[in-house]
Amino acid sequence: MSAAAPVAIHPVFGRLSLDALPLHEPIVVATFVAVVIGGLTTLALLTRYRLWGMLWNDWFTSVDHKKIGIMYMVLGLVMFLRGFADAIMMRLQQAMAFNGSEGYLNAHHYDQIFTAHGVIMIFFVAMPFVTGLMNYIVPLQIGARDVSFPFLNNFSFWMTTAGAVLVMASLFVGEFAQTGWLAYPPLSGIAYSPASGVDYYIWSLQIAGVGTTLSGINLIVTILKLRAPGMTLMKMPVFTWTSLCTNVLIVASFPVLTAVLTLLTLDRYVGTNFFTNDFGGSPMMYVNLIWIWGHPEVYILILPLFGVFSEVTSTFSGKRLFGYTSMVYATIVITILSYVVWLHHFFTMGSGASVNSFFGITTMVISIPTGAKLFNWLFTMYRGRIRFELPMMWTIAFMLTFVIGGMTGVLLAVPPADFVLHNSLFLIAHFHNVIIGGVLFGLFAAINFWWPKAFGFKLDVFWGKISFWCWVVGFWLAFMPLYILGLMGVTRRMRVFDDPSLQIWFVIAGIGAVVIAAGIGAMLVQFAVSIWRRDSLRDSSGDPWNGRTLEWATSSPPPDYNFAFTPVVHSLDAWHEMKQAGVKRPESGFRAIHMPRNTGTGVILSAICIVGGFAMIWYMWWLAALSLLAVIAVSIAHTFNYHRDFHIAADTVSETEAARTRQLAGAQAAGGA
Amino acid sequence: MQSSQQLPADLTAHFYDLHEHDHPEGGSTLLGFWIYLMSDCLIFAILFATYAVLGGNLAAGPGPQDLFDLPLVALNTAMLLFSSITYGFAMLAMARGEQRQTLLWLGVTGLFGLMFLGIELYEFHHLIHLGATPQRSAFLSAFFTLVGTHGLHVTFGIIWLVTLMVQIDRHGLKPANQRRLMCLSLFWHFLDVIWIGVFTLVYLMGMLR
Repeated sequence: MSAAAPVAIHPVFGRLSLDALPLHEPIVVATFVAVVIGGLTTLALLTRYRLWGMLWNDWFTSVDHKKIGIMYMVLGLVMFLRGFADAIMMRLQQAMAFNGSEGYLNAHHYDQIFTAHGVIMIFFVAMPFVTGLMNYIVPLQIGARDVSFPFLNNFSFWMTTAGAVLVMASLFVGEFAQTGWLAYPPLSGIAYSPASGVDYYIWSLQIAGVGTTLSGINLIVTILKLRAPGMTLMKMPVFTWTSLCTNVLIVASFPVLTAVLTLLTLDRYVGTNFFTNDFGGSPMMYVNLIWIWGHPEVYILILPLFGVFSEVTSTFSGKRLFGYTSMVYATIVITILSYVVWLHHFFTMGSGASVNSFFGITTMVISIPTGAKLFNWLFTMYRGRIRFELPMMWTIAFMLTFVIGGMTGVLLAVPPADFVLHNSLFLIAHFHNVIIGGVLFGLFAAINFWWPKAFGFKLDVFWGKISFWCWVVGFWLAFMPLYILGLMGVTRRMRVFDDPSLQIWFVIAGIGAVVIAAGIGAMLVQFAVSIWRRDSLRDSSGDPWNGRTLEWATSSPPPDYNFAFTPVVHSLDAWHEMKQAGVKRPESGFRAIHMPRNTGTGVILSAICIVGGFAMIWYMWWLAALSLLAVIAVSIAHTFNYHRDFHIAADTVSETEAARTRQLAGAQAAGGA
Repeated sequence: MQSSQQLPADLTAHFYDLHEHDHPEGGSTLLGFWIYLMSDCLIFAILFATYAVLGGNLAAGPGPQDLFDLPLVALNTAMLLFSSITYGFAMLAMARGEQRQTLLWLGVTGLFGLMFLGIELYEFHHLIHLGATPQRSAFLSAFFTLVGTHGLHVTFGIIWLVTLMVQIDRHGLKPANQRRLMCLSLFWHFLDVIWIGVFTLVYLMGMLR
């Protein structure tokens, strides 16, 4: 039975005291000052230009899937900058800490940085990016007006944001976990991690996890129920298919994370013995359970991007996708197989040769459907009229990079090889190779591909290409040395090194990180330049790439209701078929459109959850209880509101569509001239 | 352009739904709620798995045969099963449009639920009094968490039930409220099914071990 927390608990402030402020860490203090100045400037500007009302009414309380999608992307981008700051700090530390040097980060700080980097990049960068993308594109691709549960969508976004806020708070109040991104016990137990770090980890992931699970349910139901007439499952665009499988994975795996984190919470707060070393607890039970969530999670991240690459390849090759059916089945097979490979993350557990062989073989089998996908993309490109626009460039960079990452993955799937490479930098290089080369490159392809749809103008090509080359070169520079170091036996999460001959590789990796930083900078410049020059980059057609699926059938940005009349689907590439047939869009006979009403309940619930999570982290029991009651009360009050919808008047629809008709006519005249 | 099928003369009508009507509100709710229940079912699956793996780790403490009182658990199970039957009666009354009957049966369901919770709390109190606390062994940690999570679900079910009774009283059996009754019905019977699993795996098999 583990003892209660070692510190005295104040009746009002729990264990929170002024000592929790990391005033002894100059790096953190400087960051804090910068964040305060930046934050106050932003708040002042928002007030100065009277933008609060617009933000609240048009964005924060919006239930429009397009706006929620964009908010997810913004959240992902902000957290990406934080996660990358952690990354480049680690690279600098490891490049310095040789020949007796301690580097510039102490162990307490360094351990928090590598934990925060992993947690942030997976939960608050990759997940918001992927969820945001699906939120924006899926309803448009299936010809729907919104998702099935628009309020739930808004609520999910704000719960994800609440988790991100708690992670960021840990930087300045208390500390973050020093356990690594999956917080294995017994290290993450109360005996070895008594401070607030693991509690920040637990509560931020639990709160964000609620949002993720609900958004998964929402998108599954949307795809199953709201497809345009005629769009059978085998006429769904591939991105929608991969989104469906991703959301099935989310709903079938995030509850596992919720459950296992709850058990860890009970161990830490109540003193139960699930994962302790005494009284019959089993730390390996935790490792098994968290990877039963964790392995499907990596496919949650990559599958939607496989969809993106399919859309991009077929659009920019000017052909229909090669092997659509095999693509769909490959996606489904990956979805199922991703549940039977979790043990390959800890072959060294000692489960014996037969168990390890089973999981080694299932892992290798996953490379078959993935390989099928790559061949499908290659055959789509074969004899196509390939246009090397930015999305296509990212796709080709993905193919070259991801194949290497996939092959090192198959190497790691061989249990005897894994015994040598387990927890080495070879593993780190492998998963960055697939996550950066697959997920991030895919996101960049998607952003360049669909930005014109979301904002009505294309992204600047010059800065896009600079970003592209910096990223690709920087990636190879940063991670190839880690493969080599891993093969030489260097383990992950090291802060200082004894062997001076290793330093050169860490210096090269550090240079790679700097080149990647230039790539990120160029991307931010690309956004800024494109917004600045938006008039010359304007696309009034709504279909700048000669697209094939329904999202290109409406204006850019689409009206609130997406489609004045729901399209009827007859074949796979519905919009391509409509263009081939020369269909005229309807220009009269508009009707009122039934739409969901905005609500602030999601923001309020999320704010209460931040307070409640913070209270649990700092043992302020009264505040935690109060927050729980408040969440229940607000939720119940919300159910008493029966008026959640309204109609966009037929006149308003007519006006919007008339403006669209004029815009199209203008675009045609300009194109003809 | 090659096209095997003949395209009709009015292309616009062929490719756009020009006579679309409002979709009935809440058409996706039951599917969504069902999928939510499956995600909840997974949480229970993990708790069952944890109990199955750790349930034998008594750490020299008391085991199932020292602790469980089967007649009491049988009574408890009866309460929950009766509550499912009475919820069924409430749904039948709803289908006939009898608001007072619906409310009556919902009230009876809530009372059975409260009795179930009362007996469970008594059992927990008794165990803790014996020194069989959740901290005593991995078996007891897993036991209290699995059974307690089910109990928490019943508690939230009762809060939801009371809320719905107020809403039906105020707004009648309108479609939105009927839909909510259907969802709570799914939830309530789902908890029954989970309890059958708990009763079998934890109590019956525990006594056999």
